[in-house]
Amino acid sequence: MTIAMPLPDGATIARRDAIVAALRDIVPGEGVIDDPIAMRAYDCDGLTAYRQTPLVVALPETTAQVSAILRWCFDNGVKVVPRGSGTSLSGGALPMADAVLVVMSKFDRVLDVDYGDRVAVVQPGVTNLAVTRAVEEAGFYYAPDPSSQIACSIGGNVAENAGGVHCLKYGLTTNNVLGAEIVLMDGEVLRIGGRQLDPAGLDLIGVVVGSEGLLGMVTEVTVRILPKPETARALLIGFATIEDAGRCVADVIAAGIIPAGMELMDRPAIHAAEAFVRVGYPLDVEALLIVEVDGPPAECDHLIAEIDTIAVASGAVSCRASQDEGERLGFWAGRKAAFPAAGRLSPDYICMDGTIPRRRLPEVLNRIGEMSVRYGLRVANVFHAGDGNLHPLIMYDAEIDGQLEAAEAFGSDILRLCVEVGGVLSGEHGIGIEKRDLMPVMFSETDLMHQQRLKCAFDPALLLNPGKVFPQLHRCAELGRMHVHRGQVPFPDLPRF
Amino acid sequence: MDVLHPASADDVADMVASAAARGERLTIRGGGSKDGVGAPSETAVLDMALLSGVIDYDPAELVLTVGAATPLAEVRALLAGSGQMLAFDPFDHGPLFGKPSGKATIGGVLAAGVAGSQRLSMGGGRDHLLGFTAVSGRGELFVAGAKVVKNVTGYDLPKLAVNSWGRLFAMTQVTLKVVPAPRARVTWVAEGLDFADAQRLMAAAMGSTAEVAAAAYLPGRRRALLRVQGFGPSVEARGQMLAALGLRPGNDGECDALRTLAPLPLDRPLWRINAPPSAAPAMMAGLSGDWLADWAGGLVWLASDQPAGEVRAAAEAAGGHAMLVRGPEAMRRAVAALHPPAAGVAALEARIAAAFDPAGVFASPRMTGAVA
Repeated sequence: MTIAMPLPDGATIARRDAIVAALRDIVPGEGVIDDPIAMRAYDCDGLTAYRQTPLVVALPETTAQVSAILRWCFDNGVKVVPRGSGTSLSGGALPMADAVLVVMSKFDRVLDVDYGDRVAVVQPGVTNLAVTRAVEEAGFYYAPDPSSQIACSIGGNVAENAGGVHCLKYGLTTNNVLGAEIVLMDGEVLRIGGRQLDPAGLDLIGVVVGSEGLLGMVTEVTVRILPKPETARALLIGFATIEDAGRCVADVIAAGIIPAGMELMDRPAIHAAEAFVRVGYPLDVEALLIVEVDGPPAECDHLIAEIDTIAVASGAVSCRASQDEGERLGFWAGRKAAFPAAGRLSPDYICMDGTIPRRRLPEVLNRIGEMSVRYGLRVANVFHAGDGNLHPLIMYDAEIDGQLEAAEAFGSDILRLCVEVGGVLSGEHGIGIEKRDLMPVMFSETDLMHQQRLKCAFDPALLLNPGKVFPQLHRCAELGRMHVHRGQVPFPDLPRF
Repeated sequence: MDVLHPASADDVADMVASAAARGERLTIRGGGSKDGVGAPSETAVLDMALLSGVIDYDPAELVLTVGAATPLAEVRALLAGSGQMLAFDPFDHGPLFGKPSGKATIGGVLAAGVAGSQRLSMGGGRDHLLGFTAVSGRGELFVAGAKVVKNVTGYDLPKLAVNSWGRLFAMTQVTLKVVPAPRARVTWVAEGLDFADAQRLMAAAMGSTAEVAAAAYLPGRRRALLRVQGFGPSVEARGQMLAALGLRPGNDGECDALRTLAPLPLDRPLWRINAPPSAAPAMMAGLSGDWLADWAGGLVWLASDQPAGEVRAAAEAAGGHAMLVRGPEAMRRAVAALHPPAAGVAALEARIAAAFDPAGVFASPRMTGAVA
């Protein structure tokens, strides 16, 4: 365990009984959980290597209750950690020993669907897939499709700006959310955005999406819904080298094609997936590309033929087009099983999430291979090839002393490499605690202070989801000061935690 | 009025820092195509024109980085050379003020949130600005976002840049996501419709699998225009879906009206009303003047002498907002260009502005009617 959280405040913990009583006045009945055994259900999110029992858990049912909880905590200097379904892979919902965990799972209703304006208004605890379920009979769906979509909540998707395999064509959460009701840390309730396409002034919903629960708590979300494409078809293309596969991806895009999905797997990922689900992936290739197109049948047939021609010209050693829905789903079954397949090969694994310029892919995969040898840990790579989002799965055994630390160091080296080649620390999983201490690799102190001042505009007491995203604590009063001239006055050495 | 001409991002930082130290204000200017928007500026001007030029463009990565004052026309020509385009369809405000086009800069169209007809299907500037470098009101050069198409690292500050109208920071460099230009494009037409019927027709088309790229209504001609674009066989198949809704192939040139607003008189105040499409017909029943509707009814351009309070009340009743884009000087001094937000939102916007610009270098009554 190499990521440190802020030291808990003993005085807050000593006041626990009073805090529980105050919360019970706000949320009646079963809505406040303070039994340590019952709270264990909430002690981690998808980043399971890190666990912490919360101070107390509150499950509000109304915006008024959320507002009253935040207001009480604000008045009494108590920290708050928001939580949706707890599927974050970066520790965004990791509880704190001295913070109230506010769980939004009771906000589970679809409030309104308007097919004419193509919007749905939902509460934040509604799962991603439930939005699609609510509108699919009318031929619509909600486009962002993170792999946890059966469980993850829309509120969590908003916090993390969740993506999915189709986001090159259909965008991330931020491109599919129009408005929200949010509660600030001082209890103020604001409506931002709306049902129309653009805001009147500053794009506040734009900056709340992806803010990892640090700016406000979302209590209602207005999302865009889209007509479901008539058909989808996929190609399964094998390559003798990663370079050939990379060239094929670039040539598809250069031909003016934006596929609905374009996924690349390296040899270890192909073998792990095939051993797990036996879908007939070729085992004699170095790289396997799944390209999916959607739209009217005429478009799919046309694009499948074009991509097939490009694949052959790029040196593909095998190329199969799905002839029916069963075959298309079969192509995806292996890719979708890549994570559990890695889990079968190894007792533990961590999934990294950097983005790189696609042209650097062969070099990046070669260097990840070298690191794998150096750290003595296996790695399998799956890659959202269309948008350059790399997911290396690092396999380790937490029972073996030092392997978790080695896996984390390996992961950090991969993310540093992503930044070095012009990419970023996170394409879709968020920073949370997992990548928090790497933020200075990508951003200068000045860059980070500009981001933190935005936090101060929303939560000047820094009570909402502390210890996440930013590696250093700066009090807002310090950040607010004007210094003499750009960067020439050194910033004081502030404590790291 | 003083005009400053920074030649580099460092110059911008020096000039802003000096202004902050002296308690002076600056108005950021790109090409000046939107000089006529908002209350007249009485501050010194920070003219960004020299921060122009292509910094990096790799068509296969779908990413373009340019100086913020690169002319929009130059950006479009560069992309067209590789068969690509700006998906959000920005246009030049010059003609809206009776001036020639060709002055607008990419930084200006982003800061002003300018998006054209395709915004309906492909998103606005907010959806395509991946990253930027800028000088905040503190006189500090900082970087936000990134130069790859998929990124959730840190706060999404590029969202704040779009539609900020220069209230937070001066962008010096912008990185944009670009997309392939469609190979084929057909505009389909339905005639003899009132707005309510046209709005229902456009909603039906948008809710079908025809993947309509743009949908507009021209009330003078009682005509709805729907554009389908993409690969030839697909455009043909999707066109047949529109034919089934009663549309017929028309002339793509008619869509130019939505970019130049040529059918609207130049000598009346111009409003840009953004509202949920289904509410737009009832809203327009209460407003007088000449108008056009884009975004399947969600965007109305209204040239009208009707009092500002009535226009804004109608927009609000429809669940939307109205921006005063053009008007006589006296009106622009009296009426805020941007629709006034609710008190809590206004206070939050003011705190955000102060976070980037505590000395108020970029604070101005130009867009909001009052200095926060």
